[in-house]
Amino acid sequence: MCVAVPMKIKKIKDDKGVVGIGGTEREVSFKLLNDIQVGDYVIVHAGFAIQKLDEKEALETLKLFKEMEQYT
Amino acid sequence: MKYIDEFRNKEAARTLINSIHKEAGEEQITFMEVCGTHTMSIARFGIQEVLPENIRLISGPGCPVCVTPNHYIDHAVALSRRDDVIVTTFGDMMKVPGSSSSLEREHIRGNDIRVVGSTLEALQIAEKNPEKNVVFLGVGFETTVPTVAASLIQAQSENLNNYSVLSAHKTMPEAMKALSKGDVSIDIFICPGHVSTIIGTKFYYSLVEDYGIGCVVSGFESLDILQSILMGVKQVVTNDQKVENQYTRAVKPEGNPKALETIYAVMEPSDAEWRGLGVIPDSGLAIKDEYSSWNTAKQIKVDIEDTIEPKGCICGQILQGKKTPPQCKHFGTDCVPDNPIGACMVSSEGACAAYFKYKVQ
Amino acid sequence: MAVSDKDIIRLAHGGGGSLTNQLIKDLFLRYFDNEYLKKLNDSAILQSSFSQFAFTTDSFVVSPLFFPGGDIGKLAVCGTVNDLCVAGARPRYLSIGVIIEEGFSIKELERIVKSIKNTAQEAGVMVVTGDTKVVEYGKADGVFINTTGVGEIEKPIPATRSRAKSGDKVIISGPIGSHGLSVITSRENFGFSTTIKSDVAPLNDLVETMLDVTDEIHVMRDATRGGIATVLNEIADQSEVSIVLEEEKIPVNEDVRGACEILGFDPLYIANEGVLVACVKSEDAEKLLKAMKKHRYGKKSSIAGSVGDDSPGRLSLKTIIGSHRVLDMQTGEQLPRIC
Repeated sequence: MCVAVPMKIKKIKDDKGVVGIGGTEREVSFKLLNDIQVGDYVIVHAGFAIQKLDEKEALETLKLFKEMEQYT
Repeated sequence: MKYIDEFRNKEAARTLINSIHKEAGEEQITFMEVCGTHTMSIARFGIQEVLPENIRLISGPGCPVCVTPNHYIDHAVALSRRDDVIVTTFGDMMKVPGSSSSLEREHIRGNDIRVVGSTLEALQIAEKNPEKNVVFLGVGFETTVPTVAASLIQAQSENLNNYSVLSAHKTMPEAMKALSKGDVSIDIFICPGHVSTIIGTKFYYSLVEDYGIGCVVSGFESLDILQSILMGVKQVVTNDQKVENQYTRAVKPEGNPKALETIYAVMEPSDAEWRGLGVIPDSGLAIKDEYSSWNTAKQIKVDIEDTIEPKGCICGQILQGKKTPPQCKHFGTDCVPDNPIGACMVSSEGACAAYFKYKVQ
Repeated sequence: MAVSDKDIIRLAHGGGGSLTNQLIKDLFLRYFDNEYLKKLNDSAILQSSFSQFAFTTDSFVVSPLFFPGGDIGKLAVCGTVNDLCVAGARPRYLSIGVIIEEGFSIKELERIVKSIKNTAQEAGVMVVTGDTKVVEYGKADGVFINTTGVGEIEKPIPATRSRAKSGDKVIISGPIGSHGLSVITSRENFGFSTTIKSDVAPLNDLVETMLDVTDEIHVMRDATRGGIATVLNEIADQSEVSIVLEEEKIPVNEDVRGACEILGFDPLYIANEGVLVACVKSEDAEKLLKAMKKHRYGKKSSIAGSVGDDSPGRLSLKTIIGSHRVLDMQTGEQLPRIC
């Protein structure tokens, strides 16, 4: 039940909106988040967006994988 | 798919696996994860197989359905038998065996039980059925609790008085403390990624300080888990236990303050019974008095049968990491997902269900 | 605007009397205009110069009747055509038996009949006999269809799953998981919207192309209910071989992957209606693949696995990270009423 999927915000209206992943879209509530905009990626769980995904941090994590390749 | 595919990259996985083998040394290192989704991801990606033999991954009480005692199911069953009640629940709960019945069986008998994906759906059912009492079965950890709390706030603001929640919600920190004090020796906690998006990372410092157990907050893709294991291995091998956050793209140190505010506006810590771990003080969440009009336990009276625990089911020991599913004599024979004896086999995040589905040896 | 009696199916339409005749003439014969059906005999009398035939039957109870990429009519033809062609038969004749619920819209029935006609035309098969029954309102779900089909066998591939050999390669003819998901996600109460379309398609032309390339296709099956994992398990079991699939070589469209992430489904176990799997002698795999990729229904074919003999009866998956997991026969609920 902690299943939560990263989805892209397509539409926002008040504290609700539409998010999508790979062609599938669904309605969600944004009641648990502030400062979100269309185009942001959020983690969606049980019909709510529970956290925004930080692109910079994601790239940092991915970079770490690449850097490790130099040491092996 | 963004934020998924890049974290399943084959070459990066190879690199991480090689690094783990290089760094791991000889001594046994035990990792415990306490999140049902981690249990499933580890089984699905076959992580244990690619690790060196001295690294052991064990599964703890990370499945909220599994740690909910039979009594709660019996309570839900009793509620469903009332003609004026519609029980709404996440799908997981349907097949969990109670003392003499299950929600699925009650549903087949004609009682009004509906699977929902969200409390928002349950609220809609309440709006459309004003003559009925709509009960939502509140099971889940801190990832789920804010969504349930939000529904209570909404019910109150809209005067939706036929909606209520039967809370069996639990929080991870106290349970992790209990495990740290317990008899299973844990070197590193793989900390629950999505619970941590809500609660942040500050609690885990006390586990390091008080028990010397390293903590790595991990994401759920194969690269996340492998990287977290590498980080844990390095901590153990250098004897430098600390709190590390591998899932930085989703977990901030302060968590999600708005979600936390939502939880604690409506709920407060209470003692809770965990299957396998017994009663852990302050590990549950009860609905506050101000919201007792939306608290099923206060609003709707039912007679609940005496609890009978399933014979021979060792879910309790599995949830503490003391045994693995294949060590249960019923596993895969008389206890299978279609015909479960205990919750661990039927919940979508149960250790037994994971081992069975992905045939982990 | 009220629906008039003229627009809906009534019990009398299944009674065998004048309304039945009217329905057959005005609807079925209009679309299935061939010498066999026109005779309106109790049986169609068929001729053939072949001595071996493939014969199959299928019933269709899909809900909803119309879904992205297809409908019950198209499904009814393809399901049967595909069962015939994977046995190495050339599908020739079909029967169509419909059971209609009282009150069903004639316009919708016509849509279904038209779809059967178009699909039959593409597949090169003729509907030569049929039957119509009507049941009371509430006793069927719109329309149920039963199809039987006959095909002529020139180059037999014994329709068993028992001939896969150690050393064979496993080819999957296209992206998996679309059909089951397209049906499930188009149900009204579903809550998500997707762009997923059913892959339902007649595969007989693709199969003929494949049979022209090599005689060493040892097993061929269409992967319907239960998905490729189920059909490959059956092959592994009956041929007493082990099969290893490579996760990264399995074709899956992104829209199916996205929906599966959200719903917690595994595309390996989801029904297809336009995908086949074939076990072929290793040396012929590449050239077979090349020919399949040129075909409309084989563009995304892939050599996705291999057959061995180390653990007879076992199907397993080699994951992207190099670990292995066993893919057992599915337990528990399959997705209901998807074909």
